[in-house]
Amino acid sequence: MTLAKRIIPCLDVDQGRVVKGVRFVDIRDAGDPVEVAKIYDVQGADELVFLDITASHEDRATMVHVVEQVASQVFIPLTVGGGIREVADIRRMLNAGADKVAINTAAVANPEFVRQAAQRFGSQCIVVAVDAKRVSAPGEPPRWEIFTHGGRRATGLDVIEWVRRMADYGAGEILLTSMDRDGTQDGYDVALLRAVSAAVPVPVIASGGVGTLEHLAAGILDGHADAVLAASIFHFGTYSVGEAKRYLAQRGIDVRLAEATP
Amino acid sequence: MNVQVAVIDYGMGNIRSVSKALQQAGGDRVEVVVTADPAQLRRASHVVLPGVGALRDCMNELERLQLVEVIGECFAAKPFLGICLGMQALLARSEENDGTPGLGLLGGEVLHFRGRVADPALKIPHMGWNSVQQTRPHPLWQGIADGSRFYFVHSYFVRPQQDALIAGCTDYGGRFASVIARDNVFAMQFHPEKSQHSGLQLLGNFLRWDGRCQEGHD
Repeated sequence: MTLAKRIIPCLDVDQGRVVKGVRFVDIRDAGDPVEVAKIYDVQGADELVFLDITASHEDRATMVHVVEQVASQVFIPLTVGGGIREVADIRRMLNAGADKVAINTAAVANPEFVRQAAQRFGSQCIVVAVDAKRVSAPGEPPRWEIFTHGGRRATGLDVIEWVRRMADYGAGEILLTSMDRDGTQDGYDVALLRAVSAAVPVPVIASGGVGTLEHLAAGILDGHADAVLAASIFHFGTYSVGEAKRYLAQRGIDVRLAEATP
Repeated sequence: MNVQVAVIDYGMGNIRSVSKALQQAGGDRVEVVVTADPAQLRRASHVVLPGVGALRDCMNELERLQLVEVIGECFAAKPFLGICLGMQALLARSEENDGTPGLGLLGGEVLHFRGRVADPALKIPHMGWNSVQQTRPHPLWQGIADGSRFYFVHSYFVRPQQDALIAGCTDYGGRFASVIARDNVFAMQFHPEKSQHSGLQLLGNFLRWDGRCQEGHD
């Protein structure tokens, strides 16, 4: 056994409530982040990612409380993204019990922020989240550009150059979302994953487009991702994290299965 | 209340997660104190040195808070747990920042993975769930299957001077010492507070531990 590939459910949180329809059968309150986190913990999730999509700045304090609650009851690594714009935001989240923060827009606006953050808190807790969109025409060699604001705003930054720079500045991990695939359930953009994974010395988390267990396997085997993130297939109960892991294990992928008691 | 565990708070890292996990593992009979007060550390029955980040910052903070001496006392006298950076800090020196001295309570050094792993494509930090081979019996392994996975996130690893210190090994581009133990001290590179059942079991074992290792087992 060696380092396991990680399976990471991702939860969108708005004003302290899980949104985007978590539909578990036996859950009392599918909007309660703690309840949902506990279920994924029992299923064997290797980490959890919480994305705070709260629009107003004032309501962001709610997320700190959510992280405190989850971290008091669920003992696996937690990453928090959304609205991480300054050193104080990072400190607040880490103090609340987050292990890592994901920086997206703020990194594009001010790349030095990533360097500062990594120096202050260590690379191990700085994830740079990247929203990538394919901009090459069909038939051309593939090229991707960084987009912000949910894929609406182009930045002119080439994805491969950008992730190299971010790793250079001290990002400990890249959370890579394909904007072309996000929400489609058509599978990861494997070419994008493979290109980014080869470009950086740090782990890469694949995100955007998972609809089947085969997609998870493809992200790891063909895309060379170190971890796979998914939302809908887990939230809608299509598959449990445990089922996903058993499938990946059958495909020859090293995953963390339930420990045998000695 | 017969166990009072002090988590040394020197401002670096996930103190809250460590204290919550200790409380969960220990239950009602355990009082968890998060502190930088030497008097409280001297009073505690068990001491935990946690930490994530850079060793230089860690040492600066321990010195600024005048914790170096009391850590040495606790290290010599009571059940003592080092986690991640709190393990690395116990050693004599690290190659971080072109050479950073540690507490020097254990002989050995802290090295970066880069250049020391066989596969140059191996991702650094070493991040995620990896298997720990128990290289010798220890009270803190009670109820934990050999080879169980724990959560790691680090770019540096320890190389103790004496192999006899090693209590657990992990493979990442080669074997490294993921657990070292001597007498009343147990220190690990992984994060038990983030390692679900196995991690909580280990923390529970620590809280039940009197700091002794049976004859012939250590």
